[in-house]
Amino acid sequence: MNIVVCVKQVPDTATERKLRSDDNTLDRDAADGVVNELDEYAVEEALKLKEAHGGEVTVLTMGPGKATDTIRKALAMGADKAVHLSDDALHGSDALSTSYAMAQVLKKIGFDLVILGSESTDARTGVLAAMLAERLGASQLTLANKVEVDKGAIAIQRLTDYGYDRVEAPLPAVISVVEKINEPRYPSFKGIMAAKKKPVETLAIGDASIDAAQVGLAAAWSEVVDFAAAPPRAAGTIVKDEGDGGEKAADFLASKKFI
Amino acid sequence: MSEILVLVEHAEGEVKKVTLELLTLARSLGTPAAVWAGPGITPEAKARLAEYGAEKIYVAGADDIVDYVVAPKAELLAQLVAGTSPAAVLVAATAEGKEIAGRLAIKTDSGVITDAVGLSEGFVADQSIFGGGVNVHSRVRKGTPIVAVRPNSTAPVAAAGAGTEEEVSVTLSDAAKTARVVERVKQEKGARPELTEAAIVVSGGRGVGSAENFSIIEGLADALGAAVGASRAATDAGWYPHQFQVGQTGKTVSPQLYIAAGISGAIQHRAGMQTAKTIVAINKDPEAPIFELADYGVVGDLHQVVPQLTEEVSKRK
Repeated sequence: MNIVVCVKQVPDTATERKLRSDDNTLDRDAADGVVNELDEYAVEEALKLKEAHGGEVTVLTMGPGKATDTIRKALAMGADKAVHLSDDALHGSDALSTSYAMAQVLKKIGFDLVILGSESTDARTGVLAAMLAERLGASQLTLANKVEVDKGAIAIQRLTDYGYDRVEAPLPAVISVVEKINEPRYPSFKGIMAAKKKPVETLAIGDASIDAAQVGLAAAWSEVVDFAAAPPRAAGTIVKDEGDGGEKAADFLASKKFI
Repeated sequence: MSEILVLVEHAEGEVKKVTLELLTLARSLGTPAAVWAGPGITPEAKARLAEYGAEKIYVAGADDIVDYVVAPKAELLAQLVAGTSPAAVLVAATAEGKEIAGRLAIKTDSGVITDAVGLSEGFVADQSIFGGGVNVHSRVRKGTPIVAVRPNSTAPVAAAGAGTEEEVSVTLSDAAKTARVVERVKQEKGARPELTEAAIVVSGGRGVGSAENFSIIEGLADALGAAVGASRAATDAGWYPHQFQVGQTGKTVSPQLYIAAGISGAIQHRAGMQTAKTIVAINKDPEAPIFELADYGVVGDLHQVVPQLTEEVSKRK
């Protein structure tokens, strides 16, 4: 089975994240880049499926040069090879153009199964998997809490507000996973060393038949008009519990008409 | 004024509150038209949609609209967009709502904005990003604005619309019928509201201490008619089911009132709740970062404070 895991480099949530004042896009230099946490679950699930059913796991990322670090981590976990879509023309791409560019690469490299984390910790749109399924005409099995593959068919538990849906589909499919699905492995020293020798193919947009007019800031279907730091919340009232903390909190709720 | 399509969120024939919020929002920007996807519309549901301003109610009642994951609803909306040229399409910013919006955006070659917490003239959306640290105005530049709006962003206000019903038939493509829902498993029973659309959320964290102790959190939630949430520390420890996790990798909530008990307020948690209108924190540690956000904070042991609060709430109701 040919599995492609999409990973994204995002700014570390433990550091200050910013937008750039010149073009309102993410400031990638302001914070350390890390693998989007939810994508680690996607990598783990891909590796598990490979272990159970055989095949190959390819890591796909789109991002500037330094996103290579993200690829190395996935390779160190055990992925076989990587494709890095990197081109200045992609800067400022929104979800629509990102899904278009990644779909073009996926068409070029081929896949039975594409796996993503359910959202990124920076943009948090949660739309990329659905968009890829739409663009590729593949089955959409998103928000998976459990994945089973059997002879060209796939079944998942799709998390819902009321519990879950059991969903079945033929391959090829695009799936996204939630963090409850597994426990991502830590790369071993051996894995880290082996990752250095694994093939990483870097593609520019022309290599994947990506139309420059469909990507980048100028082509984006939506735009950030302006932004500002959120005003600090006005300091609240903090009381120490002297045996009446619950009563005092109730007074506060009553003053706000919640009770 | 142009029509604004509002995709109705419904369960067991009932319209969810978020839809009333979206109709209220749509009314300020155009003429709301509700879109009911799937079987099971009731006279009560129609009356409710009209009560909150739906001039038209498009009803696509075929079973197959809900038999597959997301794609049929996107095809239904795409067909309505082509046929009615609406000024915008609004959906709830739930996980499924956002996926529908994403597929619709591609089908209609339109921009999409997710997680809007406000919408003003020209469909300029307010968003709160990076865990609530930055406020953004954004807008769609191409096609029909498609906006996923967070529940609890707008107070629903009734204002009668005509509620004229129009049946819609959709012929689904084969591509929309690949991922079939073969079973729906309801795990959570009981009267508590859904986490993402509850007006009040009471969440417990590491300080709760055990799965059994979550009954303290549930007790307060039930007294307030609230949903229960949990921090990642609590769900990772297995004290509360994962689908109730609030935070960066869990659910985003934006309630009128958020009560955090035994939650330190790490940035990962704040990312999921920082747009709550009023925040109350209860924590033993006076240095807990959650107090920086709190409108009201009690430094104390939640095992004493929460039961007392629950009792007071019940007494004063």
